[in-house]
Amino acid sequence: MRSFKGFVIKEFYHIFRDKRTLLILFAMPVLQMLLFGYVITNEIKNARIAVWDRSKDVITQKITDKLRGSGYFNVVLEIDNEEEIEQVFKKGEVKEVVVFESNFAEKIGREGVAKINIIADASDANTANLVVSYTSAVINDFTVKELRAVDPPMKINTETRLLYNPEMKGVFMFVPGTMAMILILISALLTSVAIVREKETGTMEVLLVSPLKPSQIIIGKVTPYVALSVINALSVILLSRFVFGLPVQGSYTLLITECVLFIIMSLSLGILISTTTNSQQVAMMLSMVALLLPTIMLSGFIFPIENMPFWLQVVCRINPSTYFIIIEKNIMLKGTGFLSVWKETLVILGYTLLFIGLSVKKFNVRLS
Amino acid sequence: MLSVSAHELKKNYGAVKALKGISFDVSEGEIFGFIGPDGAGKSSLFRILTTLLLPDAGQASVCGLDVVKDYKKIRKIIGYMPGKFSLYQDLSVEENLSFFASVFETTIESNYHLIKEIYSHIEPFKKRRAGQLSGGMKQKLALSCALIHKPNVLFMDEPTTGIDAVSRKEFWSMLKGLKKEGISIVVSTPYMDEASLCDRVALLQDGIILKTDTPNAITDTIGKKVWAISSESVYKLMCDLSGYGGCYSVYPFGQMVHYMPADQSEELTLVENFLKERNHRNISIEIIEPTVEDCFMELMRINKEDKR
Repeated sequence: MRSFKGFVIKEFYHIFRDKRTLLILFAMPVLQMLLFGYVITNEIKNARIAVWDRSKDVITQKITDKLRGSGYFNVVLEIDNEEEIEQVFKKGEVKEVVVFESNFAEKIGREGVAKINIIADASDANTANLVVSYTSAVINDFTVKELRAVDPPMKINTETRLLYNPEMKGVFMFVPGTMAMILILISALLTSVAIVREKETGTMEVLLVSPLKPSQIIIGKVTPYVALSVINALSVILLSRFVFGLPVQGSYTLLITECVLFIIMSLSLGILISTTTNSQQVAMMLSMVALLLPTIMLSGFIFPIENMPFWLQVVCRINPSTYFIIIEKNIMLKGTGFLSVWKETLVILGYTLLFIGLSVKKFNVRLS
Repeated sequence: MLSVSAHELKKNYGAVKALKGISFDVSEGEIFGFIGPDGAGKSSLFRILTTLLLPDAGQASVCGLDVVKDYKKIRKIIGYMPGKFSLYQDLSVEENLSFFASVFETTIESNYHLIKEIYSHIEPFKKRRAGQLSGGMKQKLALSCALIHKPNVLFMDEPTTGIDAVSRKEFWSMLKGLKKEGISIVVSTPYMDEASLCDRVALLQDGIILKTDTPNAITDTIGKKVWAISSESVYKLMCDLSGYGGCYSVYPFGQMVHYMPADQSEELTLVENFLKERNHRNISIEIIEPTVEDCFMELMRINKEDKR
């Protein structure tokens, strides 16, 4: 027990005296959260649009106001002929032009149908797509609420896309993935590097020639990282709650328990990496390439798995982060309980046992 | 009981044969030195004895425990100082020591008497990070850490390499003190002059032991006198003497050369005259007892001739 305590204290000294480790440990999670929350986002804010109102009646005026007031759009121009549409797009002044047909209110009153033409600048296809669907959503909302129209044709389409994220906030999509990334990076990368550093500096040689068992060395080594990773997980949750306004719908206890499980899995993966190499650089590269990239690209974090070619889908299914992100999305966004995530939890538990087993088997009680 | 015993130890790294059959015994409370140049196989031998490496052939035991089978028990009773400084550079002197004490489930206080003489030298700097200590102080700290659990056998791989002459002297006097505590010490060094400080030495070269004996016995067995010759140019002395007819061997030795005549009854004046003819000035020739280094060179030479 004395040796365990001594080991943990020593490990904390290492962590708090190394600026690089501290930076990775505490600055990176916050930075990444802010980066993913603000910069890499697929929501639109104050998109510049133009309106060509050929009717200028009460209803078109209301819709225009609604667009203005939504916060997504900034109506910067009012135009009054066809040629101008071309001109404003060419100058790049606006992303979209909304055209109301003439006698708009009258047509709705008489025929129940009126047309709005939405023209978007699709040279930037993603933005065009977003702007159009946002506009449709706002108009759709208006027709439902103001005109009490029943069953507008766009409704079904919109409904599925807006289900757990009614405002299509990017941060809702990115928080689970970012959390998985931060946890796996800190847990696996830092522990593997920390263990390999002892090999590189020769201190492992002295530790091996001591009564310490391999398990004692490993547990002593990773305990501080478990503690610090949990703090990180909490700070990510707090950041997303208070900076990005994303509340956790489900149980906090369940969410944190799942995080701890994922942290332990990442740590055992880090230990496994450390048993394969004697160089800090190799350990770092392995952690980066083998963990970071798959966690970002092949986990459903940014790119939907369903759209990938089959062999990449297989890779995604192997990637443990995929399961953690599903768990997180269920708990944080849908607010479901353990019953909806037990399968994924089991997968992560299985990986944990596998990695620990392999590490113990591969840990060398001698110098290679 | 023997503290360390090895029989026909062999170790290969691929095609390189690091140890080619090493046998020796170390008695309890003995300071046993391995003397040999870099690459002689000292570190490989120490790593096998400290259970860090497996031998390819042969047996070895520490305090009667087999280095392969009983490695866990051995690790509890030995102290080990690797050749490379292997403490935590970012931890202070005191933190390093208390960490290693905790690893062995003990405290600094309970074994303080054992390390007092050594640790008192560095205690004034106990708040300093180990990485900022001088070479000599680093080694004293490493020794303190290796001793904190009162080991039965202490293994030290080149503890004095790279530290200054004064620190080296201090270090050896500390080892003498540990001997009194009943700790057996196995130490290696590339410095021949440290051989005389050991109880017994083994001369190691190219993975074999040339000779194992007390320092005195080793210098006696050579059976030849050595001439310490100096003049104004050591280099010129070397060149001229090696061309001299009656020369058996000649090696540079600091500011002098150590010369051995082929015929032990060779007249001193003959050599002196030969050197005068070659324009050497301030010639001094003295017949001395051979040192361990002379013996080492001689044994290496015999060993090479045997191979041919």
